[in-house]
Amino acid sequence: MDAIFLQILNGLDKGGAYALIALGLTLVFGTLGVVNFAHGAIFMIGAFCAVTLEKILTLSVRVKDESVTFFDAYKETPYLEVWFGDTGTAIIDWSVPLSIILAIPVMLAIGVIMERALIRHFYKRSHAEQILVTFGLAIVLQELIKSFFGANPIPQGAPEIVAGSANIGAWIGLGESVVYPWWRLIYLLFSTIIIGLVFSFLHFTTYGMVVRAGMADRATVELLGINIERRFTIVFGMAAVVAGLAGVMYTPVLPPDYHLGMDFLVLSFVVVVVGGMGSLPGAVLAGFLLGILQSFSSMTEVKDIFPGIDQIIIYLVAVVILLTRPRGLMGRRGVMES
Amino acid sequence: MSETKNTRNVSRRTVLKGTAATTGAALIGASFPMHFIKNAHAQTFRGDPGSSGSVKFGFNVPQSGPYADEGADELRAYQLAVKHLNGEGDGGMLNTIKPLELKGNGVLGKKVEFVTGDTQTKSDAARASAKRMIEKDNVAMITGGSSSGVAVAVQGLCQEMGVIFMAGLTHSNDTTGKDKKRYGFRHFFNAYMSGQAIAPILKEEYGTDRRAYHLTADYTWGWTQEESIKAATENIGWETVNTVRTPVGAGDFSQYITPVLNSGADVLILNHYGKDMVNSLTQAVQFGLRDKQVNGKNFEIVVPLYSRLMAQGAGDAAKGILGTTNWHWSLQDAGSQAFVKSFGQEYGFPPSQAAHTCYVQALLYANACEMAGTFAPWEVIKQLEGFEFDGAGNGPTLYRAEDHQCFKDVLVVRGKQEPQSNFDLLEVVKEVPRAQVEYPADMFGGELGPYQV
Repeated sequence: MDAIFLQILNGLDKGGAYALIALGLTLVFGTLGVVNFAHGAIFMIGAFCAVTLEKILTLSVRVKDESVTFFDAYKETPYLEVWFGDTGTAIIDWSVPLSIILAIPVMLAIGVIMERALIRHFYKRSHAEQILVTFGLAIVLQELIKSFFGANPIPQGAPEIVAGSANIGAWIGLGESVVYPWWRLIYLLFSTIIIGLVFSFLHFTTYGMVVRAGMADRATVELLGINIERRFTIVFGMAAVVAGLAGVMYTPVLPPDYHLGMDFLVLSFVVVVVGGMGSLPGAVLAGFLLGILQSFSSMTEVKDIFPGIDQIIIYLVAVVILLTRPRGLMGRRGVMES
Repeated sequence: MSETKNTRNVSRRTVLKGTAATTGAALIGASFPMHFIKNAHAQTFRGDPGSSGSVKFGFNVPQSGPYADEGADELRAYQLAVKHLNGEGDGGMLNTIKPLELKGNGVLGKKVEFVTGDTQTKSDAARASAKRMIEKDNVAMITGGSSSGVAVAVQGLCQEMGVIFMAGLTHSNDTTGKDKKRYGFRHFFNAYMSGQAIAPILKEEYGTDRRAYHLTADYTWGWTQEESIKAATENIGWETVNTVRTPVGAGDFSQYITPVLNSGADVLILNHYGKDMVNSLTQAVQFGLRDKQVNGKNFEIVVPLYSRLMAQGAGDAAKGILGTTNWHWSLQDAGSQAFVKSFGQEYGFPPSQAAHTCYVQALLYANACEMAGTFAPWEVIKQLEGFEFDGAGNGPTLYRAEDHQCFKDVLVVRGKQEPQSNFDLLEVVKEVPRAQVEYPADMFGGELGPYQV
């Protein structure tokens, strides 16, 4: 029971990340009709917003370690700690949550620039061409990050107060042994809030309503005199912000490196396809569903019966869903169908 | 009819002449010293520099992909080795390795040049770049790499093509075990040695009554490390609770870590390397494993194969974690210090263990050519086989003839609790003597194959 509960939490947690990326992919696809293979790279850039802020906050007074004579080794004390003492230490400790403030404008700007400078030139091209150009863009972005930050993962710590584990077993009467990292619980909560905000924006604001109308029937919306293209550009930026924030908050879970986006991209596309191309609720549902399935398939009891199932489960489910429901779980008629 | 007649027309005298000529040639061949015959070793071989004033080495390292930083460090070490071989710089280990016939004037009087390839840490890409360097650039030797999968693949290719492969970072028992090749040589230690080196320390630190849970990277290196560490820990009385294979590059290992919590295990052994190790260790610590008490003991995590670059990636999570490493820049022997000094002055930071093994491999190959007096690989192989040397770090070292595995001291290290500087991440707990990690040459099977291909 304990193990099952923990795997459900794992799955929800993992699913939260898949859902956030898939949500952005679906938003872009639904509004602009673009299959954006650079979306994983946006997630990765979000993570590197956290790395960048941490590097800025930990700019240090470097004192040469005289005991090392063959090369320059330094003992480092961050300026913030020198200037502000414990307050400085606390600011550094909270660098990941603080990165959200940096990531929102940065990711919005990156999204809008990306759309205006490159993606819009490919609206009327085939999906194959869109995939090629966005995949190329993803490679350029990840190589840029690698040239600045290197290829090794860069660890990012969660704030000290939430760095440990929560004894959730005691909360729900499952015993002391059921613990789960605080930060992962926060990530789950965070992804749920972001998903809620995106849906609220699309459903409860006029702007969102127009966007949804544009997704359903772009020509009619344009005939009403609405500049839907500008709104879609903003939606592209918004998708970048969602993926970027998902990346920022994921850094304490997974030390980011330049390849982080590619690691998530393929899975996120499977999530989108399983959820149904263009369906926002489908993307979220499939994200959580596949996350949970992936977690359960990794259990020893399951692997003893089906060795290696953990490595193929997502693709196996995708095959089954596409065979039984070719449009995915919540796909709409006419999307990507000639 | 006429054809039959012609065949029968071969006279007795012709047969006798032919027999005499053949016997004479064979006798000359057997008794006449080869060095009186021009180009006696000129039997053709790949990578032969011929009358050219230079010889080319092929450095096949990961320049892209997850091990690009390690590959960059390997390349730095190779460039330094080339400098030293050609008599530039301070000479590094040319001043400390004994015996050594290198004089700092290249190899056999030829200036050393090099070409590079990108393994991408993918077997097919590594083989393709090695093949290109052999066929297009005419390299005399291939060296480098940061994965056992790549090493085994490139080693196989080099055996087929008759070019010596001096492996870089590869830790699987298979490289010099079931997949060993006559043309392949490994200076780096292996999983079995890690097990033998770390087990007594684990016994000393954590006792004999322990229950271990293994998470293992699902490929050749992971399998052999799991096998070796499991055997070594069971020998000191530990029980193995479970061994779970995890996909390479899994990223999030949480679904594999949560079952550990209630498994009854009190030690988690991470048979992961590189990014996988950084992620699994970080996440295991996040799940509170290190704060946990099981069976009345503190829960412990062990990383059998450690590196400074990995400790850097894992950050605070690496503090206090035990593991083994091939070499560390803080060693105080003359060879290590000479290398650290050369490398540090050239690049401004200390070398990694990958850089060390690659640097030594390049020098050992060059020295074997000098000893053989030729670049003919079968003669160079004979010089490397059974070669004993000292002064390259890790104490007296043997390149065992039977499996081409180097035997030397192994380091048990621990993530430092209070690093003094930005490179001071590991502390050497013990330099385990070579005798403790030796094993019979036929233990892991395999056949070396022929000298000439």
